[in-house]
Amino acid sequence: MVTQVTSFGRSGLSDWLLQRFTAVILLAYFVFIVGFMICNPAMSFDTWKGLFDTTWMAAFTSLTLFAVVAHAWIGLWSVSTDYMTTRTMGDKATVIRMTFQATYSLILFYYLVWGFKILWS
Amino acid sequence: MAYRLRDKSGRGHNEKSKAVKDNRPVNLDIGTIKLPITAYASILHRISGIAIFVGMAVLLCLLDSSLESAESFNTVKTTLADNFLLKLIVWLVLCGFIYHTCAGVKHLIMDLGIGETLEGGKKGATIVFAVSPVLMLLAGIWIW
Ligand code: HEM
Repeated sequence: MVTQVTSFGRSGLSDWLLQRFTAVILLAYFVFIVGFMICNPAMSFDTWKGLFDTTWMAAFTSLTLFAVVAHAWIGLWSVSTDYMTTRTMGDKATVIRMTFQATYSLILFYYLVWGFKILWS
Repeated sequence: MAYRLRDKSGRGHNEKSKAVKDNRPVNLDIGTIKLPITAYASILHRISGIAIFVGMAVLLCLLDSSLESAESFNTVKTTLADNFLLKLIVWLVLCGFIYHTCAGVKHLIMDLGIGETLEGGKKGATIVFAVSPVLMLLAGIWIW
């Protein structure tokens, strides 16, 4: 049995709901970007840059970045607590799982900062 | 679960169970069990989720260079048009995205209470396995 302390929202139900909300945001963004590229086959820098320079697109992209962080955190947490357990790995399981969780948290944080830097600077 | 969990030493997973007569056969070797289609749909959803988490780095890299300047935008554009390796990587990330999204949408539909039966689950998985290769093919055509 793995305890809940490293989950994203401290409760299974809130994680479950958040993973669904963020999935819808990610889906909307994915469909929008692909749609935009299909509608602009010979994309120019000005069109592309112009899109990301609008406030709403920068906001939409930022929201999506937050959504990725929450969604992937919850998702990878599920994966780690399913496989990195005392049953599968013995006594070292907790250390391995914590290391894994710290690693993906740092990577997600890096993605967030990187994305914000691209968008807002 | 019909079988009891045991670790490699053969001890029962739950120490208390030692008191119980413990000589029933255990089969946790998943490679020897024939899995239903829904199991494949589920594990692929997991694998594709992890794949996009890694692929995000590539996508952010591309976004970064495409927005930096007109020159770097054009470099991205021509590299995406000429470089087989980059095309392959982008296509693989897109494939992960396509599968994860199809299976994810199926998940959300089931969470709304639609098709939450064994039959519905099998049908949903079959639809996902039918639709995603088509979308992957279209993505491939788009990239090449
Ligand atoms: C940036 C993109 C995404 C990443 C990195 C990502 C990653 C993940 C990961 C690692 C999981 C955990 C898998 C598991 O527990 O088996 C997951 C679950 C899930 N994903 Fe995504 N995902 C992304 C986009 C999407 C999109 C676009 C949808 C669309 C509808 C979606 C829907 C779902 C759902 C519903 C689950 C929950 C599955 C469950 O509870 O078993 N995801 N995701």
